Amino acid sequence: MKKRIIALFTLLVLGAIMSPAFSQSLSVICRCVAGGANSNQVAWLKEYVIPEFEKAHAGVSVTLNEFGGTDDALKQQYALDLSVGKGNDVMGFDGFWIPEFASGNLLKPLNAVAGSAVDSWEGWNHIAPGIQSILSYGGEIYGVANGTDVRMIFYRKDILAQAGVANADAWQPTSWADIADAAAKVLAAFPDSAPLQINAGTSMGEATTLQGYYMLLLGTGEEPFMDGKWVVRSQGILDTLNFYREIYVDHAYGSQRVQLINDGRNLSFANFRDGKTAMLVEGDYFYRSVTPAGSEFAVENRDQVMGWAKMPSETPGSGIRGQDFVSASGGTGWVLNPNSANPQLAWEFLAFMNSKAARDVWMTYQPGIPARDDVPVPNNAFLTDTAAALLPLTVSRPNNDFYAKVSEQIQLMTENVVSGQMTPQQAMDAYAAAVTGIVGADATVDLLAR
Amino acid sequence: MHERRTILPLRTGLLFLGPAALFIGAFILLPFFWIAGVSFTNRSLTGITAANPQFVGLQNYLKLFDLSTFMNPGQFGSSLVITGQFVFWSAIVGQAVLGLVLAWFFYRRTGWVKESVQTLAIVAWIIPDVVVAFAWNAFLDYDGGTLNWLFGLVGIHKVDWLLAMPLLSIILFNAWRGSAFSMLLFSSALGSIPPSYLETADVAGAGPWQRLKDIILPLIRTHIVTDLILITLWTFNTFGPFLLTGGGPAFRTEVVSVLTYRMAFKYFDFGTGSALGMVMMLINLGFALVYLGLLRRQGGSR
Amino acid sequence: MKVVSHVLGRMAFYVASAVFAAVFALPLVWLVFAPFGAKAKLSVALPDPFTLSNFGKVFANTFAVRALFQNSIIQAVGTMLLVTLLATLAAYALSRAPIRGRDALSYGLVLFSSIVTGTAAMVPIFLLIFNMGLIDTHMGVILVFTGGLLPAAIFIMRDFVDSIPRSYEESALVAGASPWGMFRDIALPIVRPGMMVVGVWTFVNVWGGFLVPFILLRSPTKMPAAVAIYSFYTEGGTPIITLTTAYALLYTLPVLALYLFVNWKYGFRFFGGIKS
Repeated sequence: MKKRIIALFTLLVLGAIMSPAFSQSLSVICRCVAGGANSNQVAWLKEYVIPEFEKAHAGVSVTLNEFGGTDDALKQQYALDLSVGKGNDVMGFDGFWIPEFASGNLLKPLNAVAGSAVDSWEGWNHIAPGIQSILSYGGEIYGVANGTDVRMIFYRKDILAQAGVANADAWQPTSWADIADAAAKVLAAFPDSAPLQINAGTSMGEATTLQGYYMLLLGTGEEPFMDGKWVVRSQGILDTLNFYREIYVDHAYGSQRVQLINDGRNLSFANFRDGKTAMLVEGDYFYRSVTPAGSEFAVENRDQVMGWAKMPSETPGSGIRGQDFVSASGGTGWVLNPNSANPQLAWEFLAFMNSKAARDVWMTYQPGIPARDDVPVPNNAFLTDTAAALLPLTVSRPNNDFYAKVSEQIQLMTENVVSGQMTPQQAMDAYAAAVTGIVGADATVDLLAR
Repeated sequence: MHERRTILPLRTGLLFLGPAALFIGAFILLPFFWIAGVSFTNRSLTGITAANPQFVGLQNYLKLFDLSTFMNPGQFGSSLVITGQFVFWSAIVGQAVLGLVLAWFFYRRTGWVKESVQTLAIVAWIIPDVVVAFAWNAFLDYDGGTLNWLFGLVGIHKVDWLLAMPLLSIILFNAWRGSAFSMLLFSSALGSIPPSYLETADVAGAGPWQRLKDIILPLIRTHIVTDLILITLWTFNTFGPFLLTGGGPAFRTEVVSVLTYRMAFKYFDFGTGSALGMVMMLINLGFALVYLGLLRRQGGSR
Repeated sequence: MKVVSHVLGRMAFYVASAVFAAVFALPLVWLVFAPFGAKAKLSVALPDPFTLSNFGKVFANTFAVRALFQNSIIQAVGTMLLVTLLATLAAYALSRAPIRGRDALSYGLVLFSSIVTGTAAMVPIFLLIFNMGLIDTHMGVILVFTGGLLPAAIFIMRDFVDSIPRSYEESALVAGASPWGMFRDIALPIVRPGMMVVGVWTFVNVWGGFLVPFILLRSPTKMPAAVAIYSFYTEGGTPIITLTTAYALLYTLPVLALYLFVNWKYGFRFFGGIKS
C-alpha cells in the first residue's frame, strides 16, 4: 500500500516536471449531461470540439463541466461564482440572462475580456446583427449565439380532421377566433380533451413568457417594452388576458391544470403525444428535441399526424409591424468569464466553437437554425420551411436589465387570470403596480391613460 | 429548588463551550448580522444593484407590509396566512397531536407491534427530502396515485390533490413527515412519569381519557411546550412543501420559506429576502414567548 | 365477561395499530415497488415482470455512485462526528457550569439557526466559505452543516446531560477528579445513547441536505447523492422514474440501516423528553 502511494507520488511529480512549461487549461460549463439534458452538446464538445482544439493547441487541456440541474440552478451558480471572481472560462448562457449579468458587472463585453482578437474575428461577417444581438447588452456583444429559434402552432392533423375542422391537413388559422373555433370543435368532438395549449402561469417560467404571452401580445401589435418604456397598461395586454381567460376559464379549451401544476409543461407534451391536446404553441425545439421517434414524448407517425401553422395575429393585420402572423425568438450561446486566467485562449476556444467547421459538425449532432449564414440549414424540410416563413416575422425579447424580473411578473399575471383568481383588469393592475415597483415609474407607460 | 453545588467551574465550562461557540459564531451569528444589515439595503446578485447596492432604510420592510398589495397572491400577507394555516394544522394539530396519540397509545406497551409502527413513523421522518417528495408526488397523483386508488376501492371519487386541495396536501404531507419527533419526545416524557402516579389513578377508577387529561398532560406540560416551540419553528422554516408543489398552484401553497426562496434565489433580491428572514425570526420569537407565557400562567415551575 | 372485554381490547389495539402503520407506510409503498418494474408508472402495482435492470443502470452512472458511496458518506459522517462531539461538550458545560442565561441561550441559538439555515443565508455562507478558500471542498460543506445543526443538537443533548444524577459527579469531585476526567469517565458513558440520537439526527439532516452542497460545491466528483439524484433526468427534464426510484431506494438504505442499528444497540429515544 505504502509502496503504491510512493510510486503514485513519484509519478505525479514526474508528470508535473515533464509536462510542457506552457501547459494551460481551460474549463467549459453548460447545462448539459451525457445521457441527460442537452446530451448532444456534450457529445459534440467531447467528440469534436475539444479534441480538435487540443490538437491545434499543444499543451492546452480543456475540461468540460457537465451541469445536470435546472436552468435556474445554473444561473444561481453563475451569479455566485462570478460575484467572487470565479467560474469556468467559457460558459453556456441563455440570451435573456445577459442584461442583468452585464449591468451587475458580472460579465464584460467579449472585446473587453479578450481584446482586439475579438473584433477581427471572421465570424462576425457571417452572423446577422439580429442574431448577434441575442447575447448583447447596451450595444456591446457579450457572447456568441448557437443559433436562434422560432415559434409556431403545432397541431394534430388527425384530431382536427376527426373534429371536422376544415382543411385539417394544411390548417392555417388567420385570427385568434379561428383558433378558438377549432378548439371548440375539437372539444365538442372529444369532451375529455384539452384541445389548445398556450402556456401560462409561473411554473413554466420563461416558456410562459415567450411561447405563450409574447405570441399573443405580438398579435395585438404590442410588445412588453416599446420605445424605451415598459408598457404596464394597454388594450393589447387586456386582449391577451381576455383570450387567456376565454381559453382556460370560460370555455376550458385548454387545461387549467396543466398551467398550474408543478410539472405542467411536460404534461402538455404528454397530452399532445396522446392526442388529448390538438394545438400547442411551442418553439422549433418541440419538433427537434421533444417529439422525435425514440424520445419520451415521441408522437407516433409524426410525419403524418403532426403539422405546424403560423401563429395568427388577433385579427389579420393587427400584429406587430402590421403583420398577419407573428413569431418570437430567443437563443442560447456562450460567453467568456471576465475573470479567466487565459482570456485570449478562452476566446480562441469560443471562436473555434463557432467556426464554420465546428458548426457544420454541430448540425450533424443537432439540426437547428444556425447562427452563421455560411452554415447551411440542414436538409430538413421542417427547419428550412419554418426558418423561411417565420424568421422574417419574428421578434426578440428586449435586452433590458429588468427583462428577467418583468418576465416573472408576466408569468404571474397570466397565472392570476387562468387560475380564475383575477379578472384581466385586476391582473393587469397588479402587473402595473409590480412592474412600476421594479423599473420605476419613469420607465413605464400606460397606453390606456389618454 | 435548593442551591446546587457547582460541578464545572465557569472557566472550564466556557472551555467546553468554546469549540461549539466558534462554529455558531462563524456560521450562524456572522450570517445573521449579514442578513440583518442587508435587509436595509437594495443589494442583489445581478443587475445594477449588484454593482452598487444602496442603503434604503426600512423600505424592504415597508414593501412587505404594503397594505395595497398585502393580501394579493404571492405577497407577504397572503403567504403569512397560508403559513399560519400550514403551521397550525400540520405542526400543532398534525404532528403534536398525532405524536401524542402515538406515544400515549403505545405507552407501557412493548413488543413487535409497537416497534413496527414506531419504526414506520420514524422512517417517514428520516428518509431524505427528495425521496419523500418523489414518493408523495406518486402517492397524490391524480390518475394512478395510491391515495386515489384507495378512494376508488371504497367508491369515493378521485381527487386532484395537488391542484384542488394543495394546502391540505402539504398539511397532510408535513404532519406525516414530522410526527415521529413529537412521538419520540412524548414517549420519553411519558416514560419519565413515575408509575405510582398512574397506579393511584387506576385505584381511583379513572378512565383513560381522565387519566390523560388530569394526570398525564399536566405532568408533561413543559415537554409539550418544548415540542410546540421546536415544531412550530421547524415548520415555519421547512422547505418541504416546495418539493411537492413548488408553491403553486397560483401561490396557494407558497409558505413564507418558499416566498423567501423566490425573492432571494429566483429574483436574487437579497434585500427583500433578508427582510423576510428577519420578520420571520421575530414572529418565531413571538410564538416562543407566547408558549412560554402560557406555561407560566398555568402556574408552577418545575 | 372480562375475557370478552380483554379480547375486544386486544382486537381494538391491533386494528388501531394497523391503521397507524398503514398511514405511515402507504405513501412509501410505491417507492418500494417502482424500482423493480421495467416501465415507469405512478400507480402501485407488483412489478411484472420483476427486474433488477434499473439498479444495473444506476450502478453504471459513476457520478451518482460516487456521490452516494463516497461523497455523501464523507460529508454526513464528518458532520456527524463533529456535531456529536461539540454538542456533547457544549451541552455538558451548559448543564453543569454556572453560565448565566443558559436556557435563553440554548433556545435563542435554535431560533437563530433556523433563520440562518434557511435560504436567506445562503449568500453570506457562500461568501464566508469563499473567503476561507473552501469552495468546492468537503470541508466547507461539513463546517457549514456543523454550524447550522449544532444549536438544535445541543438542545437535544442537554436533555440527556440534565438527566444524569449530579450525585455521581459530586462524589467524583470529592474524590478529586478533574473536570475533564469527570466528563470522560462519568458523563460520557452515561450520555452515550444521547450521542447516538444526536448522531443519527445529524447524519439524517446532512444526508438529505441539498442546498448547502449545491451552493458550495462545483466539481461533479464531490457532489453528494442529494444533488446526484437529479442526474436521472431525460433530455426534456423529466425524471426517469424507474432509475430515480431505484437510486432513491439505495439512497435511503444507509439512513435506515443507521437508525435500525442504533435503535437495536442503544435504543433511539430522547432521554427525559427534552425539558425546556
